[in-house]
Amino acid sequence: MSEQALWAIVLSGMLVTYAMRLSFIALIPIAWLPPLLQRGLRFVPPAILAAIITPELLRPFGVWDFSFQNHRLLAGLLAAMVAWRFRNTWLTIGVGMGALWLLSLVS
Amino acid sequence: MAPTSPANEPSSTRMELIQGMLDQLPILLGVVPFGLIFGALAVSFGIPPLLAQGFSLFIFAGSAQFIAAGLVAEGAPPIVVVLTILVVNLRHVLYSANLAPHFSRLPGRWKIVLSWLLTDEAFAVTSVRYQKNPSRHTHWYMLGTGMILWSSWQVSTTLGIAVGASIPPGWSLDFALPLTFMALLTPTLIDRPAWAAALSAGLLSVLSAGLPYKLNLLIGAVCGVALGLALEMRQERQASGEGAGP
Repeated sequence: MSEQALWAIVLSGMLVTYAMRLSFIALIPIAWLPPLLQRGLRFVPPAILAAIITPELLRPFGVWDFSFQNHRLLAGLLAAMVAWRFRNTWLTIGVGMGALWLLSLVS
Repeated sequence: MAPTSPANEPSSTRMELIQGMLDQLPILLGVVPFGLIFGALAVSFGIPPLLAQGFSLFIFAGSAQFIAAGLVAEGAPPIVVVLTILVVNLRHVLYSANLAPHFSRLPGRWKIVLSWLLTDEAFAVTSVRYQKNPSRHTHWYMLGTGMILWSSWQVSTTLGIAVGASIPPGWSLDFALPLTFMALLTPTLIDRPAWAAALSAGLLSVLSAGLPYKLNLLIGAVCGVALGLALEMRQERQASGEGAGP
C-alpha cells in the first residue's frame, strides 16, 4: 500500500473516531436523545466493564475454556471476590496476577 | 480565618489531576505492553515507522489500530479499513453520551481536549469517578488520566517500533486490564438494574465474542443498557402500583 493511502487511512480513521468521541459531548445536544435513553445512560459503565471482562476470562485466547486448565478464569474469579470484598484496585490486580502466575508455575 | 473557597481551587484541581493519573497507573500495566506490541507488529507488517506512530498519535484507540494494521497487511482497500475503524470504535458514542451531561457546562476547549482523550480506559475510571466521588473539578481528573494514558501509548508505540516488544508473554500483563475493570465494576453495582445491566452485558459479550470488529462489546453494552432500563421501569411501575392501591 502506498504511503499516501496509509496517511489517508490514518487521517480518515482519526476523523471518524474523533467525531464519535465528540458526538454527544460537543456536536449533538444530549437533549435530542429521548428521555428514556438518557436515563439508560447510567447503565453504560457497568455494562461496558462487564462486557470487556467476561471474554477475557471465559475465552482467554479466543476459544471457550470452562476447564480447570483455564487459569485466567480461576484467577479472575478469585480476583472478583477480592474486588467485591475490598474494592481496591491494586489488591485486585495483585491477587489476580499472583494467582495466575502461581497456577502457571504449579501446572 | 478560614480559607476562602477560591483559594482552595488550584489545589483541588491539581489533586483531581494527580488522582486521575494515579488511578490510570494500574491500567498502564496492560496498556504499555499492548503499545509495544502494536509498534512492533505494525512495522513487521511493512507499515513505515512514522505511519505506525501516526496510528497511535491520531487514532489513539488500541483495538481499532490492531485490526486496521492487520487489514493493511492483508492489502484491504483503504475505505474498508476506515469503515472497520468506525465500527470498532462505535462504542465511543455511548461513552460520549454518558459523559456529556457532566461536561455540559465546560468551555469548548475542554470538550475538545477531553473528547480527544476519550478511550475505554479513560472512560472506565472517569465514569466511575463521576458516580463515586463527583466534584466540580472531576474534568481535571479525566484530563490527568487521559494525558498519562495518551503519553504512555505514544512512548510504548515508539519503543515497540524502535526496539520491538520484549516483554515475555508469560508475564500475562494484558490480564491487568480485566482485573482493573473488575475493581472499577464493583462500585457501579449499586442496585438491581445495574446488576442486570452488568450480568446481561457480560453474558452477551462473551456469547458473541466470535464476531469480528469487537462488535461483542457494543452488543453487550447496548443489551445491558436496555435490560437495566427495562428492570428499572418495571420496579417503578410496581412501586407506583403499590402506592396507588385501593
